[in-house]
Formats: sequence, C-alpha cells, structure tokens
Amino acid sequence: MIFDFAGKKTGIKYYLIFGILPLLFAAFFSVSADKTENQFDDESLKCLGCHSSPRYEFKDTVTGDVVVRKMHSELQIDPVEYINATHGAFKCTDCHSPDFNIHPHPASTRFEINYNCLDCHGGDDMYASFNFETIEEEFLKSTHASHMGEGFSCWSCHNPHIYKLSDKEIGQLTNRVARNNAACLTCHGDVNNYAVLIEKELPDLLISHDFLPNQSLHFRKVRCLDCHAANNDSILVAHHLLPAEQSVRKCVECHSTNSILMASLYKHQAYERRNKLGFYNGVIMNEAYVIGANRNYYLNVASIVIFIMVIIGIAIHATLRYIHRRNNNGY
Amino acid sequence: MATKKIYLYPLWLRIWHHMNAILMLSLILTGISMQYSNPDYPLIRFDIAVSIHNISGVLLTLSYIYFFVIILFTSIGRYYVMGQGFFKSFLIQARYYILGIFRGEPHPFPVNEQRKFNPIQQISYNIVQHAITPITLITGWAMLYPETIVLNVFGYSGIMLTSLLHVIAGFSISVFLLIHLYFITVGHTVASNLKSMITGYHEIHVDDEEDIKTNSDKKTKH
Repeated sequence: MIFDFAGKKTGIKYYLIFGILPLLFAAFFSVSADKTENQFDDESLKCLGCHSSPRYEFKDTVTGDVVVRKMHSELQIDPVEYINATHGAFKCTDCHSPDFNIHPHPASTRFEINYNCLDCHGGDDMYASFNFETIEEEFLKSTHASHMGEGFSCWSCHNPHIYKLSDKEIGQLTNRVARNNAACLTCHGDVNNYAVLIEKELPDLLISHDFLPNQSLHFRKVRCLDCHAANNDSILVAHHLLPAEQSVRKCVECHSTNSILMASLYKHQAYERRNKLGFYNGVIMNEAYVIGANRNYYLNVASIVIFIMVIIGIAIHATLRYIHRRNNNGY
Repeated sequence: MATKKIYLYPLWLRIWHHMNAILMLSLILTGISMQYSNPDYPLIRFDIAVSIHNISGVLLTLSYIYFFVIILFTSIGRYYVMGQGFFKSFLIQARYYILGIFRGEPHPFPVNEQRKFNPIQQISYNIVQHAITPITLITGWAMLYPETIVLNVFGYSGIMLTSLLHVIAGFSISVFLLIHLYFITVGHTVASNLKSMITGYHEIHVDDEEDIKTNSDKKTKH
C-alpha cells in the first residue's frame, strides 16, 4: 500500500524519501566506516595472542611440555596503538616473513631483513608529496647514518607498529613534541639502548643542555630536531641530524622575528608572518610564547611613539626653562 | 638667600635607591635586548641577557620587599599618603610644572621634614612602586617558573598574556625612569636634587617658604 500524506498518490517522491535516500545514506556511512576503522585479520590476531602480552606460551616439540617465556619488550605490540598507527591496516605478514606463522618460529625468521621506507614508497606517485627520496638523502647525510651505517635504519627512530603521521595537526603541540622527542630519548635517554648502538658513554642530557634557561620548558615545547637537524624546505620534517657541535646553540636563532622554529616546528602552519592582532609569528602563540619571536607590531609602534613623545616633551620643557633662566640672568 | 640643610636621605635609603636604579636599568636594557633580539644586531647576547635579567629581577624583588616593609612599619610611609585635598594640590603642582616653572614662581610644595614629595611625585611614586613594579615582579617570577601560569585564558595563551603584561609594565617603568631622570634637574638649581641624593642633605630655601605664603595671601585677597 502506498501511504499518501495529503490523501494523494505521491509516486516518485515517496520512493525517493523512504527508499533511495536511506539506502544512499547507509551505503555512504558503511564506506566511510570501512575507510577509517582498521580491523585485525585472523592471522594477525593469532600473532597478537603472544605479541601483545609480556609473556607467551609454546609447546616444546621434544618433551611436549607447555613452556612459558617472557616476551622481550621490543617484540611486544600494543594492539590499540597498532590499529590506529599509519600502517595499522597491514597484516603482520605483509611486512614480515610468512615463516612467522610457524610456532615456535623457525631459526630463519631471526635473519629476516626488514623493509625500509623506500622499499615500499620509493618512486611511488601516491606519496610523492612526502619526498621519501629526499628524506633518504637527508638521512644518509645525518650523523646517525655516517656514524652507525647499516646498524641504523628508518625503524631505529620510527617504530613501525606505533608510528603515526600527525605532524600536520594543529593543536596539542606539547603532545606532538613529546611524541617526537620520545623517539630520540629511546636511545639518548636510555643507557642500554644507547649501548646497543655505540660503544660510548651516554652523555647526560641535563648537563649537555645546561646552557638552556628554563630547561624543562624547552624540552617540553621544542623538538630535539628543531635544534639538532638541518632544515630542508622540500620535506616536512628534517632528517639531516647534525653532530652536537653543529647544532643550534644561539638563542636568537629561535628568539627573533626570523625564528627558525617557523621553518621547523611550525612549518605546517607557517603561512603567516604576522597575524591579525599584529603579533609576529602569531601561529606559535596558539600553543606557546617565544620571547623575541612573538613581539607585537602595534605595541612596538605605540612604544616608540610614546618614547619619542616623552623625549620631545622633555626637550621642550628643558628648552623653555633654559630660555627663562637666560632671560632672568639678563643674557 | 637664606638656606638651611636638612638630612633627608639617610645612607641606607640612598644605597637602596641607587641599587634600585642600577637594577631597573639593567632590567630595562636586558629586557629590550631580549624583546628586540636580532641575530645581526645583538645589544646583549641573548643567554647573557637572560641571566642578568633573572638575577636583577630576583635582587629587585628582595629590595622591593625590604622597602615595602619599611613603608608599612616606619614613619617613612607617611610621605606616600595622599591626604585630603590631594586633587587640588595635584593641579597646583601640575600648573607649576606647565607654567609657573617658566615664570620663576617658587615651588608650591617645597621639600621639608614633613613633606618629601610634591603631589605629582606622590602619585607617580605610588603608581610605579605600588602598582607597576609589583606587576612586573609577579609576572617576571611567573615567567621564571612558567609551569605556574594558567595555560589558557579565554582562548589566549596564559604565557603570552603574562609576557605582554610584563613587557607593558616594564615599558611604563622605562618611561617613568626617563621623566624621573629629567626631574633631577628641576630642583632649586639644576644640580641641587642630584647633590641631595649623593650627600643625603637637602637645601631648604627659607625664601621659598615665605614666597608661597605671600602668594597664597595674595590669592585670598583677590
């Protein structure tokens, strides 16, 4: 039966309202839901059965006993972090050898060679804007590549299981800085991890950065690489890590209107030099305040005008007093 | 002209005043250097400016608290009290600075044991000492420990607002300092005020007091 609001047959309108449009809505939402939410496949869930836990069990093939072992922290994967990470849509064996499906894992898996960014993204038009080739070039010039060679790869800093492309997002600067710096501190703030990479005593960061006033504020508000990497305009984040002696040490490189932070930490939002309220590098002020970089144009002008007016006032007053004194003394 | 000398500025007061002057100057210079920092034309190297600014700020706070306690608990506080009829006295003093001073009129409120400041000095010292300086000190300490600052005030960064307040208050002090320095020369002679702040003795000109009496008598007759 066709329901008619006005007692008349509505035909096409009726089918449009109650039939086609809801179907289109349902189709749209189901597609968008598929796009945003990654889901684990059965194979990966099996992997996570052990790798999401601090301990795992396996059956000894000789004795038949069930053995419980500690899962090394580096091999533990947080399923929530992974599913929300940039590569969270992949199943484990997209990047790892299918031999990992065998339990216990065979010895061959120990010698697996990991993919690097360029193995997938090299020459890829879809990701051309990221300039992965330039990132690679810049990385090869870095102190990490030159000192550690093969022992240091993309994954040394970017944990593929939690890596999230979020530097473009405005807001939550402190979180973004903390996430970035955490990658550096994995080695530079951990004696054991540092010792794995290089036979050298780990420098105490608090001592080597003792020249910074308000040290903790600098650590919370600025990324390590803002001072320790050379900027390259064609990539979003600098990858040419510099040796300590070549890093930024002059305060005015950030604390001035030509602040280098606008070419690094605030690169994505640095479309304006002076905002509507007249602040230089106004975008910084959404989340921080940098003395010398965030001066205000209008206040500058007002202060100079007031100063000049005061000096002129004083000069006129002094001149008039001088003339009076001269006249009184009969010059 | 009959003069008598009174010991108006004891040694401790002069030391406090001159130390304040040095600290304020160092704060203003280092503050300007940081606010207008430029890699090509550094007034004072940024890190050095920061250290000097912080140390001077801490010392100025101690000096401020010291003098604030003295004002509260000793008779010196009376010089800062703006009594009844202040507004009228203020206008008389303002008229003197705008006109009378060029006509050779005597100071309407000359310095004596009971009155160290004229009404304009009173109000400007009160504003600078009891409003602007505390603002710079409080905002300065807040920026020394920025974690104590409220992150967001009506959508604006708390640090930015604190810093703006600090810079505006600091600028006001520098304007005061400029006028204050000029007013050194507005004594009985160009150098007499400066001399007083060095020796501690202020020369009182008896004629001044008599002139004022005569002037006020004339005004009442008219």
